[in-house]
Amino acid sequence: MKKTLGHIYLTLVLIFLYAPIATLMILSFNSSKSRARFGGFTLAWYQSLFENEEVMNAFRTTIILAFLSAFIATVLGTAACTGMVAMRKRSRNIIMGITNIPMLNADIVTGVSLMLLFIAARATMGFTTVLFAHITFNIPYVILSVMPRYRELNASVYEAALDLGAKPLYAFFKVVLPDLMSAIVSGFVMSFTMSLDDFIITHFTQGPGFDTLSTKIYSEIKKGINPEMYALSTLMFLTILILLFLVNYKPWSKQSVGEIKIRTRKEIVVGSGRRGAV
Amino acid sequence: MNNKYTRYVAAPYLIWSVGFIIIPLCLVLYYAFTNADGAFTIDNVADIISYVNIKALLLSIAFSLASTLLCLLIAYPLAVVLSSVISTNSSILSLLFILPMWMNSLLRTYAWQNILERKGVINGFLTALNLPPLYIINKPPAILLGMVYDFLPFMILPVYNSVSRIDKDLINAARDLGAGYRDIFFRVIWPLSLPGVISGITMVFVPSLTTFVISDILGGGKILLIGNVIEQLFTQDSDWNAGAGLSAVLMIFIVISMVITSKYDKEDIR
Repeated sequence: MKKTLGHIYLTLVLIFLYAPIATLMILSFNSSKSRARFGGFTLAWYQSLFENEEVMNAFRTTIILAFLSAFIATVLGTAACTGMVAMRKRSRNIIMGITNIPMLNADIVTGVSLMLLFIAARATMGFTTVLFAHITFNIPYVILSVMPRYRELNASVYEAALDLGAKPLYAFFKVVLPDLMSAIVSGFVMSFTMSLDDFIITHFTQGPGFDTLSTKIYSEIKKGINPEMYALSTLMFLTILILLFLVNYKPWSKQSVGEIKIRTRKEIVVGSGRRGAV
Repeated sequence: MNNKYTRYVAAPYLIWSVGFIIIPLCLVLYYAFTNADGAFTIDNVADIISYVNIKALLLSIAFSLASTLLCLLIAYPLAVVLSSVISTNSSILSLLFILPMWMNSLLRTYAWQNILERKGVINGFLTALNLPPLYIINKPPAILLGMVYDFLPFMILPVYNSVSRIDKDLINAARDLGAGYRDIFFRVIWPLSLPGVISGITMVFVPSLTTFVISDILGGGKILLIGNVIEQLFTQDSDWNAGAGLSAVLMIFIVISMVITSKYDKEDIR
């Protein structure tokens, strides 16, 4: 009885969460351009999608932006963690406090503050300003993913490497980095996702003629969204779905069962960490 | 790793965070307390008590309180169900709640227009069942629904994390000592899950309070929240001083939620 009720409740919440996604997927096969009625099944939007320069450009910009910002954030963030481990607790706490600001701050305030910065610096709004903004909100995800792993690290392994004659840098890359790798990867994936989905901060730091998928969707909402956009997001969603299941169900590795933890707003770390290791 | 030079590796990030976190926030405060000529004024911040602004702010607070409460009411039973009743692999289940985030959130919110509109999916069902149709699109309930939809995962995950970490032995011990269901919940489960609840509340409250996208998409542009007011001041009116003034007011709420979070973070020693 209790179990049935539990399953019903779970199903209801899942329907609530997935109803819009199902709607969008159905609309991507709708032969009528109006979203008010279903005119029959078609794959036309999937074909014309690749010929639509504007959508494809926005898609490329979004992917390049997400990759670059996540990559730079991962390098800066991992370096920051390495430095912080060697610091005194007090200074480390101060830096962690600053790191929390973009996580807890409202996106609109972060976006507006960066916009004012770029205006004050007389920067031309465009790809570069958006990239800087994305790196800024991505770094905390990397730090919050890598820092806990650093704390678990066994320092003697590194010292042993030094005792055996390894140079500090060599020991770092050969001994410390491999241990951190899964946390670094999940920080990267997190950042990539956040950058991909961001609208508000991009909205305030973009310039004319620059579009990511989010800003393009926003400008299309008033006049009606092009069904090619539904097709593209269906494809992106399915790609990620397949990738995630491949990553999570590597039958050859017992350790690869994804562990999902959450610490702060939006920080969902899909890593392959040990169970309960936070 | 305690080489005395190691800590300088953090220098690039430190410079970055000063340049792109601290200075921008100081700029917001600078613009908030100056006028277009750069002279000191409190008019921009005081403008929050003008009729339009205070109405938008109060409406936003009401919306975000309601959406936070609804999210908690939906998420808490779910967390209990997930951690006790259903015994499937928990990581797969958590994945199910995160997956929706990989579809563009603007599009997902927009899809609710389709579901809610006069001849939409829900009304199709209701008419088929001979029930009166529901006209909530472009009205406050639609915005509330959008907020709950968009931010529910941010409540589910922390609450689930803290509920599932509760030692089952504690619950059994309470039962052995004669506690009923109500005692077990209010004196064991609820206090132990509080850190997750608090972090869920701050994660839902701040974005609900400051959104302008959801009210834009599901409110039909007729309902102004404080986020809409600020967005229009910056992008349409280019009145940065006025926009910064209202942003500074929002920062007060954000600071409060940060203080609360950090207080509970310390108690949640892992």
